[in-house]
Amino acid sequence: MTTAGNGGGVEGPAAGNGGTAGLSVEGLSVAYRTGRGAATAVDGVSFHVAPGETYGIVGESGCGKTTLSRALGRHLPRNGAVTGGRVRVDGVEVLDLAPADLRSWRAASLAVVHQDAGGSLDPTMRVGAQLAEIFRLRGLSRAAARAEVPRLLARVRLPDPVSIARRYPHQLSGGQQQRVVIAAALTARPRLLVLDEPTTGLDATVEREILDLIWGLRSEIGAAVVLISHDLGLVGRLCDRVGVLYAGRMAEEGPARDVLTRPRHPYTAALLAAVPRLGESRHARALTAIPGHPPVPGEQVTGCPFAPRCAFADDLCAESAPLPEAAGAEHEVRCHHVDRLPDRPVPVDVAAPSRTGPGTPVDVAAPSLAEAGTPVDVAAPSLAEAGTPPGEAVPGGPLLEVRGLTRRYGRTTVVDDVDLTIGHGEVLGLVGESGSGKTTLARAVTGLGTRGPGTIRLDGQVLPAGVGRRDARARRRVQMVFQSPDASLNPSHTVRAILARALRSLRGSSSPQELGARAGLAAHLLDSRPGRLSGGQKQRVAIARAFAGDPGLVVCDEPVSALDVSVQAGVLRLLADRQRTSGTSYLFISHDLAVVGYLADRVAVMYRGQIVEEGPAGQVLHGPHHPYTASLVAASLARLGEPGGDPGTVPPGRSGATGCRFAARCPQRIDGLCDTEDPPVRTEGSGHTIRCHLGTGDLPRGTPGAATGAAPDPAKQKEDSPA
Amino acid sequence: MSAATVLAPRRATRPRVPVALAAGTAIVAAWVVVALFWPHLAPYDPELQDPLHRFAAPGAGHWLGTDQFGRDTFSRMLAGARPVLLVAPPATALAVVAGTLVGLVAGSRGGLADEIVMRVLDALVVFPAIIAAVLFVALAGRSVTVLVLVIAGSFVPIVARSVRAATLVERERSYVEAARLRGEPSWSLMVREIFPNVVTTVLVEATSRFGDAIFAAATLSFLGLGQPPGSPDWGASVSDNRLWLQLAPWTVLAPALAIASLVVGVALAADSLRGRWEAS
Amino acid sequence: MRRFLLRRLAAIPLTLLAVSVLIFTATELIPGDVARTILGREAGDAAVARLRAELGLDRPIMTRYFGWLRGFVTGQWGDSTLLRVPVRDLVLTRLGDSLILGALAFALLVPVALTLGLVAGVNHDRPADRIISVAGLTLGAIPEFVTGVILLVVFAVRLRWFPASAQAPDGASPLTRLGHLLLPALSLVLLCTGYVARHVRASTVNAVESPYAQAIELRGFTRGQVVRRHVLRNSTIPATSALGVQLQFLLGGLVAVELLYNYPGVGALLLRSAVEKDLPTLQATAMVLGVLYMLIVLAADLAYRLLDPRVRLGAGAS
Repeated sequence: MTTAGNGGGVEGPAAGNGGTAGLSVEGLSVAYRTGRGAATAVDGVSFHVAPGETYGIVGESGCGKTTLSRALGRHLPRNGAVTGGRVRVDGVEVLDLAPADLRSWRAASLAVVHQDAGGSLDPTMRVGAQLAEIFRLRGLSRAAARAEVPRLLARVRLPDPVSIARRYPHQLSGGQQQRVVIAAALTARPRLLVLDEPTTGLDATVEREILDLIWGLRSEIGAAVVLISHDLGLVGRLCDRVGVLYAGRMAEEGPARDVLTRPRHPYTAALLAAVPRLGESRHARALTAIPGHPPVPGEQVTGCPFAPRCAFADDLCAESAPLPEAAGAEHEVRCHHVDRLPDRPVPVDVAAPSRTGPGTPVDVAAPSLAEAGTPVDVAAPSLAEAGTPPGEAVPGGPLLEVRGLTRRYGRTTVVDDVDLTIGHGEVLGLVGESGSGKTTLARAVTGLGTRGPGTIRLDGQVLPAGVGRRDARARRRVQMVFQSPDASLNPSHTVRAILARALRSLRGSSSPQELGARAGLAAHLLDSRPGRLSGGQKQRVAIARAFAGDPGLVVCDEPVSALDVSVQAGVLRLLADRQRTSGTSYLFISHDLAVVGYLADRVAVMYRGQIVEEGPAGQVLHGPHHPYTASLVAASLARLGEPGGDPGTVPPGRSGATGCRFAARCPQRIDGLCDTEDPPVRTEGSGHTIRCHLGTGDLPRGTPGAATGAAPDPAKQKEDSPA
Repeated sequence: MSAATVLAPRRATRPRVPVALAAGTAIVAAWVVVALFWPHLAPYDPELQDPLHRFAAPGAGHWLGTDQFGRDTFSRMLAGARPVLLVAPPATALAVVAGTLVGLVAGSRGGLADEIVMRVLDALVVFPAIIAAVLFVALAGRSVTVLVLVIAGSFVPIVARSVRAATLVERERSYVEAARLRGEPSWSLMVREIFPNVVTTVLVEATSRFGDAIFAAATLSFLGLGQPPGSPDWGASVSDNRLWLQLAPWTVLAPALAIASLVVGVALAADSLRGRWEAS
Repeated sequence: MRRFLLRRLAAIPLTLLAVSVLIFTATELIPGDVARTILGREAGDAAVARLRAELGLDRPIMTRYFGWLRGFVTGQWGDSTLLRVPVRDLVLTRLGDSLILGALAFALLVPVALTLGLVAGVNHDRPADRIISVAGLTLGAIPEFVTGVILLVVFAVRLRWFPASAQAPDGASPLTRLGHLLLPALSLVLLCTGYVARHVRASTVNAVESPYAQAIELRGFTRGQVVRRHVLRNSTIPATSALGVQLQFLLGGLVAVELLYNYPGVGALLLRSAVEKDLPTLQATAMVLGVLYMLIVLAADLAYRLLDPRVRLGAGAS
């Protein structure tokens, strides 16, 4: 364009311009025009990211994370505007650039990776053409651009780049799409890389591959990296520094390890306390939700915006907004009562230090899977407590018995000959990646799905496959909590009407008020329609409704996956409380291993329609376990590539009509056996079954690689330096 | 879900100027008043012939001139509002009621019944409505009842299809599944759970079809399939007077602009109502 | 894709069969004796009976239906009872004339509607968008004969730019013919533009606000480049189905427009044969129009499927 002269200044290292290298944000404020005047979404935010450094931004939904990330690329929606402050990247004042200069700066120095990779690609254009187009923008000839594409795709470790380039986005998997988007970010040498929830919505194992890739590229390109995420664990592992955003203001900011293990702001501490750790059981610790919700942008806030939700707040907090205060080296907190928060590590399994071995403060408070035995010891006695007493009340055997259940969609078998048993008062967690058949299995149990072979017994009585053929008693006994809070309540009815309806048809003896109160719903919400409720409140109504008729089994299909961590904690706690007081059994489905591990007594792991492992939660998570379970645990715990642990590096094997379904991806595959013969179901300790050819000694155990391997982990490297 | 959905600033909803709604409603209301009370409003008897003043240009005596028989164009224009408004509302109501019923039942039942009903409706939609109208008016003769039935009949598949589509969306939502889990009977699913959430679709259909019904009634009468020739009906007037287009364009323009103003009024009001309903 | 095509092609004969039953019963039920209508009130009963036999009206209805259907399929469409000429030649000639008018209208409609829809969508919620949207909405609501009459008064009567009849004198040059067809085509275009433009606008707004358009702009492309290379394609593909719907409207509009502009097309023929109870012509015209409608719907669906890679190549991710 017209900025040939300017281009050198834009692209060159910053020093010449007198600015500091990397990203500098100073006093940045962003507001939106709304029907009720200007709404400030980001309020005086400052931080600095050096080249090669990764900066994490965390906070609940609605706290300004996305707005901040958009402002960095000066790409706000039409009704948004920067109302103050500056953004400097390698000395370039991004907010002062003329439109043409802004474009060439973006082309040369900015790269953004968004959450929904599929959405970031033009659906009507082959991915190769979309990448070539970017090279063309950088002045390459048509032929040269086309030649660069396969090279670029190979850099993001996509197999067979030539064939990938010829595909349309919809012909790629979610992980492949995200790799293409990352490839697009690498066409230049960006000085600022913004990652906005880059792995949300991806399966755990795919997420791990993507993070591994980002990690590798980070050091390669040496850009300032900003990672926006709701996932504290992810930020803790990937970032050098962290900023906690609340109501558009930086509540706390500092080195990742300090902030996430010794938070000085009550909000950070509360966020951390809301997340279940992998291997932590509901019997060990009740999760604490943060009451209320963050202020809506534009809402009038006097004093500390967190004060209404804060356990430590007093009159001072309500009157005056706190100013940033130093709370350690490069660690700043906006709180009047930094001293009131107990100065001890919050028991959260976020950062790598917790895995380096006993002795560090974190490990004392947060027993993690790395320490052999601990989680199992914690879980096992509580399992016995929780499982047996209600079980004794009904001595006739298990509550639910599923035998030989098979469900097909067209020619694909989604659930393949599954056996499942749930005892009275037991919580069975069901995990697996998307498409593994979890939801189909759950719907078959409730009778909502399609019909197919197999028997379902409830208290020994065979249930018809379709809910329409089940008798009133059976229907009362099996209820469900659905995934999407928005779709699970009829938007036309009030909460009271919804609950009253459920009480009538399930012949419950309670009242809507009582049901609502038991689910932690304020009485004044009863006369609202679902549209006025938050996601968490909606799920509480859904849970209240499921318990209207005193059910024996409640099927929970990803009930918290659409919720913020702070809200998720409250819903999980409610589910745990209702289970404890009513003795109801759960079939609890989640893709989140930590959540399943938290709530479940026993865990079943599903892969491609089969249950590959089932047993007590602690044993399944800790091992020895199925190689697939091992990969899930590894992906969930260690989000960075570990030597030999990256499933993406396993040479793809054959997966035929017979043989183990996981054989093609299994790092411990025995060629000639796993890919041809169905694996046996073997018993590994009491009530623990594994479908695998490997002998007990060969099964993976503990946390493979993650705990012991030398990972390129920033937090861990810094662990050596004194805190 | 994540930050994006909550924080992504609500796009400034298109400020649907209440002007459009007010103007549209005013136009429609005015024509309704005219249709009801034209005998009190018209300066002349619309059928009164005045051989001395044939093809009189618009002026003081006849505001919009006269036609080939010397009849007052303005009075005929006022009188012409009644036939259209006698046909369009009942035709719309009939089409919406029948279409909603068919769409709701087919959509919430599903299965073979739904498949059969939809195949039939698909075939009917493909069948050109104008041909059907021509056939049936020719078949049953001209009368208000026939017009209402023909117009309603050609709209039923359209209404049924969109109500069914909305029903299918709702049927898959988990609140309906929750009701099925509780063993609610199918009529209760349909009436209590699904229907309240497709009301918006029904209302949108009603406003759209009302405009289309006026359109269809006017066109059929222009084609000579509506009111008998010589009636002050707008479509028929345009058709009758187009022979004298060169000589007395006002005789054609007056009813034409009357039709245009009514349909535009309906369209403006309907569009702003749709915007409001769909936003809520 | 092939399965879709086969299924749709297989559905056509079935739908046509249903349509033929509908048309046949409708025309059969027309009150009044057709033979009497043709011969007039003064004709003697013997003559009427003779004509009934000649037309086959004395045979059972099923026999007549299958006879008629066989005739239609084999191209034996009979003679017009009104004009006393073979129906096939009559209908096909008229159809040709109508298709010329329809094609001209379509050729005008596509660029106009796409441009207006794109302009409105790219500038959504700005004055240009409001004007286009409201204009399209109001014009689309007005029956084509009304706009036709207004166009006639303005351009044929007042300004005398165009002739008032669509039918050019014999031996007129193609350009003169075009001049005669312009006003009728324009009234059809005005009817349909708003609807198509609305669809294009909606899909343009979707494309402009889509994450991919934003992502591409963030890579340093100009707004114009994004619109030209990405928005254009993504907003016109969904519009093909809207065009299909409007083509049907356009055909339906032919009836009124041909009547208004004295154009001897298939629409005018349909109307006249219905009013005059010319059964063979009416049945054949209705069937031909039915076939045409179905082909249009199929073509629009097909075009959409060919243009959108997501549909063309299936939605299955690897």
